[in-house]
Amino acid sequence: MSILVVFLPLVAAIIAGLFGRFLGDRGAQVVTTGALLIAAVLACVTFFNVAIQGHGGTVDLFTWIDTGELQVHWALRLDTLSAVMLLVVTVVSSMVHVYSIGYMAHDHSIPRFMAYLSFFTFFMLMLVTADNFVQMFFGWEGVGLCSYLLIGFWYDRPTANAAAIKAFVVNRVGDFGFSLGIFAVFMIFGSLQFDAVFAGAPDIVGNTIDFLGWQVDALTVTCILLLIGAMGKSAQIGLHTWLPDAMEGPTPVSALIHAATMVTAGVFMLARLSPLFEYAPDALAVVAVVGGTTAIFAATVGMVQNDIKRVIAYSTCSQLGYMFFAAGVSAYSAAIFHLMTHAFFKALLFLGAGSVIHAMSGEQDMRKMGGIWRMIPVTYVLMWIGSLALAGIPWFAGYFSKDTILEAAWAAGTGVGHYSYAMGVFAAFLTAFYSWRLIIMTFHGAPRADHEVMHHVHESPKVMLWPLVVLALGAIFAGAIGFEYFVGEDRAEFWREAILVLPEHDSVGAAHHVPAIISLLPLIAAVLGIATAYLCYMFRPEIPAIMARRFRGIYLFLLNKWYFDELYDAMIVRPVLALAYGLWKKGDGTVIDGFGPDGIASVTRGLAVRAGRLQTGYLYHYAFAILIGVVVMVSWYLLRIGG
Amino acid sequence: MSSFPILSLATFLPLIGAAFILILRGAPDIVARNARWIALWTSLITCVLSLFLWAGFDPATPEFQFVEHADWLPAFSIAYHMGIDGISLFFVLLSTFLTVLCVGASWVSITVRVKEYMVAFLVLETLMVGMFCALDLILFYMFFEGVLIPMFLIIGIWGGPRRVYASFKFFLYTLLGSVLMLLAILAIYVQTGTTDLPTAMAYDFPVGLQKWLFLAFFASFAVKVPMWPVHTWLPDAHVEAPTAGSVILAGVLLKMGGYGFVRFSLPMFPVATEYFTPLIFTLSIVAIIYTSLVALAQEDMKKLIAYSSVAHMGIVTLGIFTVTEEGLQGAVLQMLSHGIVSSALFLVVGVVYDRLHTRDIARYGGLADNMPKYAFVFMAFMLASVGLPGTSGFVGEFLVLLGTFQVNTWAAFLATTGTILSAAYMLYLYRRVVFGKITREDVRRMLDLSPREIAIFAPLIVLVLWMGIYPASFLKPMQASVANLIERVESAQKAAHLETVPRVAVR
Repeated sequence: MSILVVFLPLVAAIIAGLFGRFLGDRGAQVVTTGALLIAAVLACVTFFNVAIQGHGGTVDLFTWIDTGELQVHWALRLDTLSAVMLLVVTVVSSMVHVYSIGYMAHDHSIPRFMAYLSFFTFFMLMLVTADNFVQMFFGWEGVGLCSYLLIGFWYDRPTANAAAIKAFVVNRVGDFGFSLGIFAVFMIFGSLQFDAVFAGAPDIVGNTIDFLGWQVDALTVTCILLLIGAMGKSAQIGLHTWLPDAMEGPTPVSALIHAATMVTAGVFMLARLSPLFEYAPDALAVVAVVGGTTAIFAATVGMVQNDIKRVIAYSTCSQLGYMFFAAGVSAYSAAIFHLMTHAFFKALLFLGAGSVIHAMSGEQDMRKMGGIWRMIPVTYVLMWIGSLALAGIPWFAGYFSKDTILEAAWAAGTGVGHYSYAMGVFAAFLTAFYSWRLIIMTFHGAPRADHEVMHHVHESPKVMLWPLVVLALGAIFAGAIGFEYFVGEDRAEFWREAILVLPEHDSVGAAHHVPAIISLLPLIAAVLGIATAYLCYMFRPEIPAIMARRFRGIYLFLLNKWYFDELYDAMIVRPVLALAYGLWKKGDGTVIDGFGPDGIASVTRGLAVRAGRLQTGYLYHYAFAILIGVVVMVSWYLLRIGG
Repeated sequence: MSSFPILSLATFLPLIGAAFILILRGAPDIVARNARWIALWTSLITCVLSLFLWAGFDPATPEFQFVEHADWLPAFSIAYHMGIDGISLFFVLLSTFLTVLCVGASWVSITVRVKEYMVAFLVLETLMVGMFCALDLILFYMFFEGVLIPMFLIIGIWGGPRRVYASFKFFLYTLLGSVLMLLAILAIYVQTGTTDLPTAMAYDFPVGLQKWLFLAFFASFAVKVPMWPVHTWLPDAHVEAPTAGSVILAGVLLKMGGYGFVRFSLPMFPVATEYFTPLIFTLSIVAIIYTSLVALAQEDMKKLIAYSSVAHMGIVTLGIFTVTEEGLQGAVLQMLSHGIVSSALFLVVGVVYDRLHTRDIARYGGLADNMPKYAFVFMAFMLASVGLPGTSGFVGEFLVLLGTFQVNTWAAFLATTGTILSAAYMLYLYRRVVFGKITREDVRRMLDLSPREIAIFAPLIVLVLWMGIYPASFLKPMQASVANLIERVESAQKAAHLETVPRVAVR
C-alpha cells in the first residue's frame, strides 16, 4: 500500500511527461490528478494503520549502494512521523493538482506542468519515507530539482530563469552542508541507516572528531552541518534569499512546494533526526536561535512588501522559523503539528491569492487591487479563514499549534528558549498585521485597478474553489482534532519511537503548565496586530505613508529585505565571476599556456635556430665540441669514483 | 590458452572490420555508405561480444579472468598477456559501447574521407580495448601510445579550423609523459627481469626507486586525466575535434590516466603513493575548484564541458588516492559515469552544431520551444553531470567524497564545494541555450531530434539511470578487485613503516 502511495505519482509523472502529446491536456490532467487522489486516499489508510493502530515498519525495496563497508537500500520507513507527512503531502498535493486544472487552463504546456507536480510529489514522498541518509538526500535534491523546474516553468521569462537557478544553487549551498554532515555521520557511526545511527548516538556523546584541523565535539559538528542543509531547504535566515524569488513560478507551485511541503523538509529533517540532535544540545541551541531570528526577520520584511505572493512568501519563511525554534527547544512534535496546520492554511492562502490574481487578470501588486470583496466573496471568505488560522485566533488550526510552540519555547526555561519566545510573540503581532494589511489592501477600499481589469473580475471556477474549501476545512479543524494526538495527552502513544525527546528536554509536556499570561500573550499580540492593520489601512490610510517618510531608513531597510541580496551580490557573486574570468584568461591563458606548451614551442623554435647556427660546417668546431664532451664525461666519471 | 580467446577476439575484431573497409572500391558515395555500415556492424558485434565478458565474469575473485598468455619475445621475457579484472572489465565495455555510438553520431556529419574516418575509429577501438586488457607492460605501452595516433589524425583531419594548433598541443603534452613512462618501464624491467604486469604488481620495489618510477608514470597519466595544471590541451582538443572525436576523448582517453593510476601506480608503488598523496590531493582540489570556476566563464559550449570534465576527473584522482573502498569504487564508477555523461553532453552539443555550425552559447536560446525532445535529453545529462541523486553522476561523486572525508576532512570540504559550482555552470549553460525566447530566425528553424539521434541518446539515458538507481550491477564485480588492491597497498605500506621504525619500537 505504501509502495503505491509513493510510486503512483511517479508513474503518473512519467506517463504525463513522456506521453503528454498523445494523451492531450485533459488526459494528462486525469492521469496525474487521478493518481494523486488515489494516493491521498491510500495515504489516509496508511496513516490510520501506522499512526493510530501502530502497524509501522520498513518496506525494503532493493539495494542501492553497496561497497562492502557502506550499504544503502531503497526502502520505505513507516512510522508516525512519515505517516503524518504522507498524509499532509498527498492531501495538499492532490488539492493543488485539482486546482491547477482550473488555474493553468490557458497554458500551452499543461502535460509538462502536471508531470512536474506529480514528479515533485514522488520525490517528496521518497524524502519523508527514507530510512537512511542517502535516500533522504535523494528526495531532498529531487524536490530541489522539481522546484527548479517549476519556478522556471515559464522559461521564456528571464526573471523566472534567474529565480530558478538561484533556488537551485542556494539550495546546493545548503546541500553542501548536508553532504558533509552525511560524511561525518558515516565516519562516526560506520553506517548511514537511521536505525544503526540512532542506536549508536548515546555512546558517541562526548567524543570528538577532527574537522578541518580542529578537535570538535562529534555530534555537535555533525548536527550543525546537517542543520545547514535544513536551513537551505527551509529558507532560514542567510539561506532564505531564494524563496521570495521563487514566487516567479505559477501560484499552485508556490502553494505546494514553497509553502506546504518542500520548504518544510528542513523541519521534517530535524524531527527525523531528533535522536541525533537530542544528544547535541549546543546544536539545538543554534537551531533555536536560527529559527527565532528567521521568524522575526521575515515578518518584518513581510510587513512592507506590495506583491501579494511575496507577502505570503515571507510569511512562510517566518512560520518556518517558528517550526525551527520549536525543534530547537526539543518540541519536535509541536514543530510537526505546526507543519501540518501550516500546510493547510498556507496552501489555502496561496491558492486564495492565486484566485485573486486569476480574478485580477494576472495582477500581483496589491497597490493595484482593492474594492473587490463583493465580486469574489467566496475567495474573500476563504482568505479570511486562512488569515485567522495563520494569526492563531482561537479555535482555528494555527491557534493550537502556534501557541504550543510558544509555550514550549518559554517552558524550555533556557536562554535561547526565552529569546525564541520573545521573537515569536513579536512576530505574532507582525503576522496578524501583515495578514490583515493584505486582506484590506486586496479586497477593501476604493478599486485601484483600471476599468478594463475591474470589468473582468470574476469568481474562480468550481474546480479551483473546491480544493480551497477542502483546505479551509483543514485550516479550521486540523488543530482542534490533532491537538491531543500531536502534543496533548496522547502524544506518547501517537508518536511512539518516531521522535525522541530526552526526559529532561520535555518542553511540550512543560508547555501545558506555563503561567496564563504566557499563553495569552501571543493572542493579545495577534489581536493588536489586526487592530493596527485596520487602523493603518482602513480608518487612517495616511498613517503608513507618514510612517514610511518619518522612518525612511528603517522602511528602506525592510523594503529591501535587509539588503541580503545586495550583500551576497557584492561579496560572493561578483567576486566569483571576476575570479572565474581571471583564472580563465590569466591562469590558463597567460600562465599555464604561456610557460607550458606555447612557451615551450617558442623556446624550441628559438633553440632550433641556435642549433642551426651551431652547425657551422667547420671540422675544428666539431672536434672541439667532441673534446669538451670527452673531458666532461671523464671528469664526471673520475669524480664519481673518487666520491 | 585452453579457453576461447574472447579478449583477443574483442580486441582485434575491429581491425578486421577496418581491413574490410580498406579494400572497398567503387563510386565514392557507395564506398562511404558501405564503410559506414561495415563500421557499425563491426562495432556492434564487438560490443555484444564484450557483453559476454560481463555475463561470464566471476565477481567473487580478484584474479584476472579470461587470461590469454603467449610468448612473444621470450628472450626478453616479454609476452602477449591479456586478462581483465573487475576494474578493467567496465572500461572495455565503455570503449566498445561508445565506439558504436561514435559511428552512429558520425553517420551524416562526416562527409569527407568517410572510409578513412571509419578505419581510424575501428583501429582506435582495437587499441583502446587492447590497452585495458594488456597485462604486460610493453604490450600496454604499445596500445597506450598507439591510441594517440588515430586520435591525432581524427582531430588533425576532420577537426575544426584551429585543428593544427590543437593536435600539436595535444601531442606535445602527451609525448612528454610518454617518454618518461617508457623509461620507467625499462627501469622496472631492469629491476624485476620481466615486464609481466601481475609479477610487477606483487614486486616490492625499493622505496627510493618507487618515488622516481611513480613520478615517471605520474607524468604520463596526469596529462591523460588531465590533472591541473597540465589540462590546457583538453579544451582546445575538444573544441577542434569532430563530435565523435570528443566523445572518445572524454569517454575513454581521459580514463586511461585514471585507469593507469589504479592499475599501475597504486599496486606497484604503494609507498610512493602514500608519499605523494598530499600532492595529488592538492592538485585534484585545485582542479575541481579552478576549472569549475573557469567553466563558469566560458562562452563556447564544448569548452565549458571540457573544463567540467577536468573538474570531474579531479574527483576521480581524489578518490583513487584515498585508497579506501568507497573512494576507489567511487572513482571507478565516477569514471564510467563521466565516460557516459560527458560523451552524451558532447553529443548534445554535436546535435545543435550539426544544425547551426556554431558552438557559441550566445547564438542559441529558447530551444525548449522548437526542440522539446532535445531539451529533455539535454536536461537529463545536465542533471547527471551536476550529480543529482538517482543519476550515475551522484553515486561516484558521493562515494569519493565520502571516502575522502574519512581520510582528510579539509580535502572533502574543499572538493564538495565543487558540487555547488557544477550546479552553477551547468544550469547557467542550460539556461542560455535552452531557455529564454527565440530571437533568431535560423534557431527557430532548427528541427528536433531525428530518430537516429534518439536511438543514440536512448541507451545513454537508460545507462545513466541504471547506474544511478541500481549501481550494484557495476559495483559488485569490481568489489573483490578493489578490496584486493587496497589490501596490497596497505600491507606494503605497513611493511615499509616497520622498516623505518627502530627495532626496539617493534618489540
